[in-house]
Amino acid sequence: MQYNTSDFRKGLKVQINGEPYLITEFNFVKPGKGSALYKCKLKNMIRGNTLDRTYRGGESLEAADVEETDCQFLYKQGDMFVFMDNETFDQYELSADKVGDAWKYLTDGMKCIMTLFNENPMTVAPPNHVVLKVEYCEPGAKGDTATNVNKPAKVDTGAEILVPIFVNIGDNIRVDTRTGDYVERVKVK
Amino acid sequence: MTSETWPAKASLETLEQRAQLLKTIRQFFDTQKFIEVETPLLSRDTVIDQYLDPIAVTLPNDPRHPQQGKNYWLQTSPEFCMKRLLASGADAIYQICKAFRAGETGRLHNPEFTMVEWYRTGDDMHAGMELLSELADLTLKRGLAQKLTYQNAFLKYADVDPHEITGPQLMQRLIEMNIDIPASITVEDHDGLLDLLLVEKVQPHLGTHCPVILYNYPATQAALAQVRGTNPAVAQRFELYVKGIELANGYCELLDPALLQERNQKTNQLRINDGKPPLPEASHLLEAMQHGLPACAGVALGLDRLAMLAIDKQSIDEVLAFPIDRA
Repeated sequence: MQYNTSDFRKGLKVQINGEPYLITEFNFVKPGKGSALYKCKLKNMIRGNTLDRTYRGGESLEAADVEETDCQFLYKQGDMFVFMDNETFDQYELSADKVGDAWKYLTDGMKCIMTLFNENPMTVAPPNHVVLKVEYCEPGAKGDTATNVNKPAKVDTGAEILVPIFVNIGDNIRVDTRTGDYVERVKVK
Repeated sequence: MTSETWPAKASLETLEQRAQLLKTIRQFFDTQKFIEVETPLLSRDTVIDQYLDPIAVTLPNDPRHPQQGKNYWLQTSPEFCMKRLLASGADAIYQICKAFRAGETGRLHNPEFTMVEWYRTGDDMHAGMELLSELADLTLKRGLAQKLTYQNAFLKYADVDPHEITGPQLMQRLIEMNIDIPASITVEDHDGLLDLLLVEKVQPHLGTHCPVILYNYPATQAALAQVRGTNPAVAQRFELYVKGIELANGYCELLDPALLQERNQKTNQLRINDGKPPLPEASHLLEAMQHGLPACAGVALGLDRLAMLAIDKQSIDEVLAFPIDRA
């Protein structure tokens, strides 16, 4: 499907050189008696870099078939992360570079949102908050509840998360995956 | 149906300021002995321009078949009818009316907008610029306009002589300046490349202190202005800019009906090349010019943009009661 310049708007997903882009800013300008110009800022939906592009009335861009689907993380095999679509039970393999920082939060069976471009997995987003188990950290002094001092803790995914001094080995902690920040200690039944 | 779009977009305070602006404009023309006129918004004729797309309206012969009937055009400006009034004997006329242009929506565009348009016989381009400058001073209080030729503006802000530079040189210059060139603009499209340079490098500087009137456009951008001189021949066309925003377009008006026909044919061919329908070349204006249009200058000014600047708003939506998404 093609989008004509008259369809252009913020939030539209289009293809440039075979890669999906999101129109993040859009400006209609028309010089004097001249042709309409559509000035766009576009964000690459895979690599995150942005482009400034100007289109003229009558030009068009291929629509990007980008869809999001619910899936769960199954397991890691070598450098590949294996996910399953919760509805179709299709399995997808994502390389480490496509998974990006999300690997830090992926535990077996975790529900994620997979973004597909032309039916190929592109990126995966874990839930905004996940619970991870601390496997190793330096012990904190008893009774020390200071929250402004952090220390690294190794969690069950193998990632290091900065946690307050009072967190101990075996604790379960809630982490915000958007920032990578520790949120709180949680009790797991 | 429920929606968030029923209330007015502009505040009532803004609408009151807009009403005051209209009064000021009417007083200005009244003092200058102009007569306010009203001409049809629906006409069999329409201005033929490569990049102005009029909205077609069907006047049904039979109300049971509203899609079938005579084709009329919502006017992109009241130019044709106002010139017919001049050919009918009027001397100095102005109009404040709605104009319509398909496909134009943005910070400075609404498909239906308000135009202030005026004509005075006996005026040459400089008299036309003078009157526009006075109206700009009165309504915006940013002083009288500084006059700058199109050529000097391009030399000053883009280091390009628009009349001398070749297409390939211009393309090279745009690439050097890191300006993204739309794929459909080729080296043959000299005006397309100049427009791009105007938008990116020239326009942002125009009218930052006081209003600026750009004049003596390339002959290829004459539209309905007279072309004069040689080496280079330039169009007796002028535009008002304030804070980098184009506010008005004026001409020392083309009088020769043969030239009108010639330009219409050329423009229609360009429209066809762009995949657009040609527009009717036979018109009442052509007949009026064959009868005799007196020498005159005319200007069309976008009232919504003027109000936006006068009231210090960021988009014309903020000075419209109901912009197109609420219409």
